[in-house]
Amino acid sequence: MPVRVLVLRTAGTNCDLETLNAFQLAGAEAERLHAGALLSRARRLDEFHILAFPGGFSYGDDLGAGTVLANQLRARLREDLLRFIESGRLVIGICNGFQILVRLGVLPGLEGNDQTVSLVENASGLFEDRWVRLRVETSKSPFLERGEVLEMPVAHKEGRLVVRDRSLLEILRRNGQIACRYAGEGPEDGPEKGTVEGDPGYPANPNGSLEAIAGLINPAGNVFGLMPHPERHLRRLHHPNWTRWADGRARLLESDWRLGDGYRIFERAVKHAKNL
Amino acid sequence: MNPIILSIEVFPKNGLAKGEPSPAADHPRGRSLERELGSLRWRNVPRVLVTDLYFLKGPEEALPPDRLESAVKYLFSDPVTQSARLDRMGIQKTAAAGKSWTHRATVLKRPGVMDPVEASAVKGLADLGIEGVSACTAARYYLFGPLLSPAQKEALSTKVLANPVIEEVVWDDEPVQPPFLSAAESQVERSEVPLRVAGDEKLLEISSRGQLSLNLEEMRAIQGHFRSLGREPTDVELETIAQTWSEHCCHKTFTGLIDYVKVSADGAETRERIDNLLRQTIKRATEAVRTTWCLSVFEDNAGVVAFDEAWGISFKVETHNHPSAIEPYGGAGTGIGGVIRDTLGTGLGAKPIVNTDVFCFGPPELPWEEVPPGALHPLRVLRGVVAGVRDYGNRMGIPTASGAIYFNERYAGNPLVYCGSVGLIPRDAVRKEVRPGDRIYVVGGRTGRDGIHGATFSSVELTEESEAISSGAVQIGNAITEKKVLDVLLQARDRRLFRAVTDCGAGGLSSAVGEMGQKTGARVQLEKVPLKYQGLSYTEIWISEAQERMVLAVPREKAAELEALARAEDVECTDIGEFTSTGRLELSYRGAPVSDLDMNFLHQGIPRLPRPAVYREPAPRPEAYPRVASCGEALHRLLAAPNIASKEWVIRQYDHEVQGGSILKSLVGPRRDGPGDAVAFTPLYRSDRAIVIGCGMNPSYGDLDPYRMALSAVDEALRNVAAAGGDPARTAILDNFSWGNTRRPEVLGALVEAARGCHDGAVGFGTPFISGKDSLNNEYKAGGQSLSIPGSLLISSLAIVEDGRRLVSMDLKEPGNTLFLVGETLEELGGSHYFRFGGDGASRGGGGRVPGVVFPRARRILVALHRAIRDGLILSAHDLSEGGLAVAAAEMAFSGVCGCEIHLAHAPAAPGVKRDEALLFSESNTRFLLEVESASVTAVEKVFKGLPAAVVGTTSDAPVLRIFGMSGAKVVEEGLDGLRNSWKSLSRFLAG
Repeated sequence: MPVRVLVLRTAGTNCDLETLNAFQLAGAEAERLHAGALLSRARRLDEFHILAFPGGFSYGDDLGAGTVLANQLRARLREDLLRFIESGRLVIGICNGFQILVRLGVLPGLEGNDQTVSLVENASGLFEDRWVRLRVETSKSPFLERGEVLEMPVAHKEGRLVVRDRSLLEILRRNGQIACRYAGEGPEDGPEKGTVEGDPGYPANPNGSLEAIAGLINPAGNVFGLMPHPERHLRRLHHPNWTRWADGRARLLESDWRLGDGYRIFERAVKHAKNL
Repeated sequence: MNPIILSIEVFPKNGLAKGEPSPAADHPRGRSLERELGSLRWRNVPRVLVTDLYFLKGPEEALPPDRLESAVKYLFSDPVTQSARLDRMGIQKTAAAGKSWTHRATVLKRPGVMDPVEASAVKGLADLGIEGVSACTAARYYLFGPLLSPAQKEALSTKVLANPVIEEVVWDDEPVQPPFLSAAESQVERSEVPLRVAGDEKLLEISSRGQLSLNLEEMRAIQGHFRSLGREPTDVELETIAQTWSEHCCHKTFTGLIDYVKVSADGAETRERIDNLLRQTIKRATEAVRTTWCLSVFEDNAGVVAFDEAWGISFKVETHNHPSAIEPYGGAGTGIGGVIRDTLGTGLGAKPIVNTDVFCFGPPELPWEEVPPGALHPLRVLRGVVAGVRDYGNRMGIPTASGAIYFNERYAGNPLVYCGSVGLIPRDAVRKEVRPGDRIYVVGGRTGRDGIHGATFSSVELTEESEAISSGAVQIGNAITEKKVLDVLLQARDRRLFRAVTDCGAGGLSSAVGEMGQKTGARVQLEKVPLKYQGLSYTEIWISEAQERMVLAVPREKAAELEALARAEDVECTDIGEFTSTGRLELSYRGAPVSDLDMNFLHQGIPRLPRPAVYREPAPRPEAYPRVASCGEALHRLLAAPNIASKEWVIRQYDHEVQGGSILKSLVGPRRDGPGDAVAFTPLYRSDRAIVIGCGMNPSYGDLDPYRMALSAVDEALRNVAAAGGDPARTAILDNFSWGNTRRPEVLGALVEAARGCHDGAVGFGTPFISGKDSLNNEYKAGGQSLSIPGSLLISSLAIVEDGRRLVSMDLKEPGNTLFLVGETLEELGGSHYFRFGGDGASRGGGGRVPGVVFPRARRILVALHRAIRDGLILSAHDLSEGGLAVAAAEMAFSGVCGCEIHLAHAPAAPGVKRDEALLFSESNTRFLLEVESASVTAVEKVFKGLPAAVVGTTSDAPVLRIFGMSGAKVVEEGLDGLRNSWKSLSRFLAG
């Protein structure tokens, strides 16, 4: 049976096509759907194995990043969504999608899904598009493999993670809910990169996130949100330095698709969902 | 049903980031504000607290308190980081934040100014079951620490906190009135303008009082037309003609008659009459070049070239100069929004895939006393323009990549904002056709009083009063409305629900419907147009330039399907009339006919009066070199010159990778900070076919030689895409002229010369122009003085390459490789950056010739370079432009974190070039520096056989740039970190 993926869009969503492409590359049967189709009950969430909230500016991010869509889903689709999550199906929120999941409270999914963390304006005060390096910190999520280092770009203005109080941070750590952190420069970019410990500071931590946190999972690990864009690194040619790599320059590669770090996240999710 | 007004105040919670005492410093928004305050150079920099504020209006019974509480928690504030307070209208005298604040400045939108928050808030409230809110607006207030003087308050109001064009500031306890409009009566009565008996003086008065920007001859032609009809024009008829005949809409200078006198340096005069300069130069070049891959040129909203068998690529570049001078944020945002609509309105609609932007500003560090009276400081214009393009482009989900910024004192009153949009379109959707009987639909945003007279306003000079007089001409965009239109339009295109589409740009519905119905006729019921608020006159409805609207010609039988599609996407889509076969433009309002114009007169009736133009060739002057301690010192100065310096601070604010097709970024190299020559994208996920985009411009050449300036701009635009691997045989270009007041013969003469340069450049390279636009009368009048911009020609380039995996970047790759210099260096330093910025202190060079282009050699160089890159022989390539060889070599080295050594004695040079400075800094065209593996050297030599190309050096381990002069002596030895540091000075300054 094919893995069915819903890429949810609404007014202002704008990374839906490349997110769709990522899941299709990974072999899933993916579909883009306007949120209105779920709200009107024309379509149902439980038709799908994976729900993706792509990046963009849902409703212009008026009233705060992700706020209006999160409010809409909370008011009109909350039960369906919680049931979807409790059934162990997968949810990924990328950038604006992460902001929506945080506003909804399903990330980190503590205290009865009340909002406990927030993604606020970058410390630089600017929208920034730059490549970062992520260190995966958890082994509790089907999207991720602990110890991996992944390169992909961030592009946001509100990505600085803050928590309601410090005790929450301890809980997140203990639960293994800190999915990935921004890491510093390794010895070399690209295929040979290494790992680096600690908060690397700006610009490696592009937004000033607390403890350099780039992504979170819920306690069960099936909901994953992150600020960086894995769907923008699906192939070698997406990387800013491919023109420097011997095998990037070599014209021999039949296809460089699926060789980008971001692809792995989608590949794992689809593989996991096959057994759902 | 008693409406009440509620206020919601949203405060930041303290302590999220450690560190008191200034709450402003906790938050980036407060910090950037404090930085701006710092720039006022007051002795006491006040402490500030920023609080968001929302006003809601609705009947009391529709605003239940429990639901409002949810709204405050989930919609208006972030419970983790903010606290909020809901109140009946009126903010408390002392804010909750503390008692140490002495002043409060509340900033509100002016009535009628678009507030994107309103639609989202009303939607969010409805989701929570609060249906009755009739209006909502976002505002903010600032609390200030120390006592402020009235002068300080005034400065804060006008320079820092708000833009008076769109916002008002209410201080302390003055009453705060939310900008909710009260319903006003609309004009229903048909109103005529008594034109038939008017004398010349009266005609001019009618034109100027109505902001019609029509000259006497044009007014007389209109008078004659209505005399022959035996009736007076209505107000809306006169407005329609003014919009259609505006310079902005019909380009009457470029397509008119010109009596041209050219006086050569020896005094010889040649005279000729030019009938339609555009046709004689730009369009003629495209005809002469004869390509098979141009699908649509100069006939639609954008030019279209073939991409592959199934797809085409469209490209259009627009200017939005005057609005950006007055309200940089809104002006630039609607500039990019407008050109994106051009893409949507090309053929049956193209999908926007890349934005480009090129700006010209006054110097960022211009002393306040040198800012022309009434003008905004260049730095404020820059920040506003960048933010406007950023917020609109990012929200639309279109990568903004490829651009440039030029600085010159003469842009201080009249900045230039060029916005480009590249689109992807199915080849079978390139043609459009309106048929009589098709319904006229307006899709997208509602119509308001915003942007009245934009087309006529942008066709005249700016003055110090422009801000006050023309504030209605400024629009504020809402990117999300446009994104929704995009989502509907492309689906409707693929289902063929309409037969033609165009955007509402300058002139609003008047231009859009007038253009679409030009060959058929159109009948519109103006009362059907959805309005933002009541009270617009029928003329205002017709000419409003409210943003985010498209006009479609919809076959009757498809109307229901289109309406259903729009409903599903929550987009407004309204039938406002039909296309007819009468050849007339018929408008009615609530049953009363208000216009019945002959389309033929409207589009062909404009009198063509010859305009005088003169160009006096300057006498040649020898090069005078500037004084400078060393070539290394000059190199540092050049790298730090704002035109050359890194624009990373700007580039990173644009999402340049959204849509997942970016394969060559603006910033390249291991540190991702090198200035790439071009950007590249793969528009289709299942193909490696790519587009490569670049541009060329050099305003400082124009004063010396506008013809060569144009040649150089074409050369640079083509160099940029060629250096990345773009195929010169599949490259198309666009022209955008921003010029001064062409009523002055010498300004128009320079335009003639530049247009001829465009022609000769395009023909010489075999590269067609596919689209273009001109913006004339860029002049700023203040205090009896007029400040004209330098003639500014932007050439944008677009190349198609079969395989994006064969492109190269400009950063040096590794030590031990060979450097080739391709192209001949001449002593061409006229207008060069070295002469302007290379000298010590105030020392400037002067004289000299502007670089020319040698055909057919130049074309052969590009073809050879493309072959070398395609065959994998080239590791890095960079074109030589501003600052010449020295700057190009430095950029390649520090971008690649790899040193190099260059020997000027080996550089291909014209006979007689004796000075090292000429070889280092001359800006001769068609030159490239290439990095080649030693194994490929022979092959590269073979490719460039018969062309000026030579091995000039090697890449090295040491992080140093070394250049040896003609005599063999070392003339430059500079560390890469130091060079990079100089180059990044502008970005550091902008980051504050």
